[in-house]
Amino acid sequence: MQKSLVSLMVLGLGALPSLAGAAGDPGHASSGGMPQLDFGNHWTIAQVVWMFVIFGVLYYVMARYALPQVAGTLAARRARIDGDLEAAHAAKLSADAALADHQAATAKTRAEAQAAIATASQQAQADAAAKAEVLNAKLSEQIGAAEGRIAAGRDAAMGSLRAVATDTAEALVSRLLGAGIDRAAIDRAVGSALAARGNG
Amino acid sequence: MAAEGQAIDALSQFALKPFLGGLGESVRLSQSNGHMLIALGLIAALMMWGTARRAIVPGRVQALAETAYDFVHDLVVGQVGEEGAKYFPLVFSLFMFILVGNLLGMLPYAFTFTSHIAVTFALAMLVFLVVTVIALSIHGTHFFSYFFPEGAPKLLAPLIIPIEIISYLSRPVSLAVRLFANMVAGHVMLKVFATFVVMIGGAAGIFGIFGAALPLAVNVALIGFELLVAFLQAYVFAILTCIYLHDAVHLH
Repeated sequence: MQKSLVSLMVLGLGALPSLAGAAGDPGHASSGGMPQLDFGNHWTIAQVVWMFVIFGVLYYVMARYALPQVAGTLAARRARIDGDLEAAHAAKLSADAALADHQAATAKTRAEAQAAIATASQQAQADAAAKAEVLNAKLSEQIGAAEGRIAAGRDAAMGSLRAVATDTAEALVSRLLGAGIDRAAIDRAVGSALAARGNG
Repeated sequence: MAAEGQAIDALSQFALKPFLGGLGESVRLSQSNGHMLIALGLIAALMMWGTARRAIVPGRVQALAETAYDFVHDLVVGQVGEEGAKYFPLVFSLFMFILVGNLLGMLPYAFTFTSHIAVTFALAMLVFLVVTVIALSIHGTHFFSYFFPEGAPKLLAPLIIPIEIISYLSRPVSLAVRLFANMVAGHVMLKVFATFVVMIGGAAGIFGIFGAALPLAVNVALIGFELLVAFLQAYVFAILTCIYLHDAVHLH
């Protein structure tokens, strides 16, 4: 930047001597020299006076009307953009909050559902256990009754065993030895034999 | 314009003439001032009617006006600081006045009012006086410490103070001459090469037409270069004004 400025200055200033040379040529249209350096010409001075008037008007119009108008437009745009950004930010925050709410509600519902499932399954297990207990009790009662009947049957069977053994022994003895066998003696012998076997 | 064998008339383009004939004659309004009025009208139209709709999404003209506004505003605030914002209208007016003046001068038949040293020097003196008044009103007599940098050896004061004063006083001169010389040099070169085109083209028949293509090509390149210079010189004038304002507000 600085370098190009310097080179431009050199270029501009370097052209001056050649201008002066050209200006010095005879037969030139103007009164001689560069018109810009002809300060005796009242047009040169009038030009500056008018310039101050025109530049003053320009400054006044810019400072009073144009620049505040542009500044207002730029400020309005900045405010609009800031407002929109703020609204977008707020919307994002509320969306985040809604998402968090949603997740909390989902988690709560899931926990409730799992608790309900656990309760129901415990209930079912308890019911099943109670039913099984009742059934078990009934079954064991039936088993007990059946065992009683079996024991009674066996006892009866065992009770009639002695009579059968005595009858059988009496029949055998009467066949072998003929009639007139003392039934009481046989009965004793059977009793002692049974006692010897441990079945008494 | 310039016939063969005569000097190339590169300077008559800078001569002042009455604007609109007798009307301009009667109030001493030259065509230079006429172009200033056109520049004033163009800038006012751009900045007033171009932004009158105050659209949130700007159109082309409003975007141009806002770009110019932002460009100069950033320049002023960047160089001077936030407290420089109140000098923004001055810098903006200067920048746009010089820029539009330079660009208007690129149109055929148009006059370049920034090619007059009286105009550029008047603008430079305006900057110089405004800057000095601002510096004095902010710092009072303390302002004169500007001419002797703090911490410099006292022994060198007789050397440093005159140098600083001369450098301060030469500001308007360099500001004025830089703009003036750049615009004059550019327009003289354009005129010289344009004259070459006519001279060579008229001189040697079919060969002359081919020969004239060279200065014509130079002129095409020069016009591009001059458009750059037109912008650059307005920018330089504005940024130097900002630097001077910075010195006036902050004293170094």
